[in-house]
Amino acid sequence: MNLPVIIKFVIDLLAVLLLALGIKGLSKVKSARDANRLAAFAMSLSVVGLLSYYLGTSGIAIQSWIWIIIGSIIGSLFGAILAKKVPMTSMPETVALFNGCGGMSSLLVALGVAIFPISGGQENFDFFKSLINEVSISVSIFVGAITFTGSIVAMAKLQGWLSTPGWTQSKVRHFVNIVFAVASLIAFFDLINGNTSSIWLLVIVSSLLGIGVTLPIGGADMPVVISLLNSYSGIAAAAAGFVVDSQLLIVAGAMVGAAGLILTQVMCKGMNRSLVSVLFGGSLSAQSTASSGSGEYTNITSCSVEECALTLEAANKVIIVPGYGLAVAQAQHTLREVTKKLEQNGIEVVYAIHPVAGRMPGHMNVLLAEADVPYEQLKEMDVVNPDFPATDVVLVLGANDVVNPQAKNDSSSPLYGMPVLDVQEARTVFVIKRGMSAGYSGIKNDLFDLPNTSMVFGDAKKILNDLIGELKDLGVGEK
Amino acid sequence: MSFISLLWVLLLGSLLGLELIGKVPPTLHTPLMSGANAISGITMLAALTLIVKAEGNVPLLIIGSVSLGFALFNVVGGFFVTDRMLAMFSRKPSNKK
Repeated sequence: MNLPVIIKFVIDLLAVLLLALGIKGLSKVKSARDANRLAAFAMSLSVVGLLSYYLGTSGIAIQSWIWIIIGSIIGSLFGAILAKKVPMTSMPETVALFNGCGGMSSLLVALGVAIFPISGGQENFDFFKSLINEVSISVSIFVGAITFTGSIVAMAKLQGWLSTPGWTQSKVRHFVNIVFAVASLIAFFDLINGNTSSIWLLVIVSSLLGIGVTLPIGGADMPVVISLLNSYSGIAAAAAGFVVDSQLLIVAGAMVGAAGLILTQVMCKGMNRSLVSVLFGGSLSAQSTASSGSGEYTNITSCSVEECALTLEAANKVIIVPGYGLAVAQAQHTLREVTKKLEQNGIEVVYAIHPVAGRMPGHMNVLLAEADVPYEQLKEMDVVNPDFPATDVVLVLGANDVVNPQAKNDSSSPLYGMPVLDVQEARTVFVIKRGMSAGYSGIKNDLFDLPNTSMVFGDAKKILNDLIGELKDLGVGEK
Repeated sequence: MSFISLLWVLLLGSLLGLELIGKVPPTLHTPLMSGANAISGITMLAALTLIVKAEGNVPLLIIGSVSLGFALFNVVGGFFVTDRMLAMFSRKPSNKK
């Protein structure tokens, strides 16, 4: 073993260790931020290791340097700009986009190696020599393509650029996807048989498969899908590791792939959905309209902002239940002003965070933290649920399915069994909502029919602003 | 590296990944996903290898460079966005009564 090999070995080992510590640290609130930086450092370390290895052995041509610099600058620049500019509300889409690009990168590496088998290098870099290389190239292309198109579809659906087409909710989609899957398999074997041109068939059908699998999945399940696709991009990276013979890539890819699977599992649990039903069950709304058609509201009470303000003023304890509607209206800062006023009046304010409130677990925490809400005031579902009976007012802001009592009471409901916030136990519930439309699941919310629930219709931000005005008139929050 | 030892690496890496994440508070699901996602951009190493080994093959250099761009977009963007999210949690609680 010569020196460059030893140096690279040591650096790779260190990088793997740091990456593992990084992932570990990311799962605890206290260490998360440092862990993220540690992982970023480990990544740059791995680049230094690789480049120094090539400098010490074969050397790096000027031409290579030019293309390395061009690619790095453009990629990093766009990544950094997007990461800085994107609003917190569209985090899920952004993660999906980044993820898709990671998959695309693995796909391109495998494609490049497959089309231009480089030979003549010091290490005899003839990739198509063995079966193993062909298999790893195929896997890398297959998983990379699915990750890319799947992530792009997920992003487009979350952004609202794509809706769920009707045919994808029928059984036809299974047939279509099976056709794509079989075609990928054929292309795969054809490729291994030495027919290089079928690589394009593999690229095309696996891309279509990525679209076909993601398109039918409803908005509520998107976070789970993104997490799963994230796991795929790790697998794609590991496959690319086999293609270019890099242990570091294999370890890191496998780690992300496995950790992503666990995270997906954890998320599924929080939503009381199984992975299988997320992937093959189609959109939840499609099933529910067929099964439980009892969609009429009979006993809706609507009230004005003024009444709401009067009730709030008289309260001792208020629980806020934020949901996706709050994120859409960008009302987190306005909400914070309202709660500040209440707190100044000696009213206890707590935020009840359902594990899947918003479009992504943790979404609400990020949003409220942005508005300077103290971390201790955010309470998780299990902690806050016993508090509802002793609560005077619950303010539901753009949340819907997560406060639906059907999940507890109605065993025929598709929501049945999902853990929910027991807001109906509180003395008064105000639901601030644009209209009577259903939540993601498309299911009627029994909460709205209860006698202690009042609806305040309108845009969350506007209503909260009006609420500030009303509270001011009442002299709340003035010393 | 022989194929078998690479398989061992794959196996051990997967086991490590399975063990790393046990309990995750829901708050951290999004940042964890986004951080792990940034790490999956490690394919940038494969792209780099491709460019270095291209030896003047221009189409290959271009593919490698585009691949590197995509990977770095993922890595840089992923880490920045994760840091942005996490920065919000670590902010000092204000206006405590």
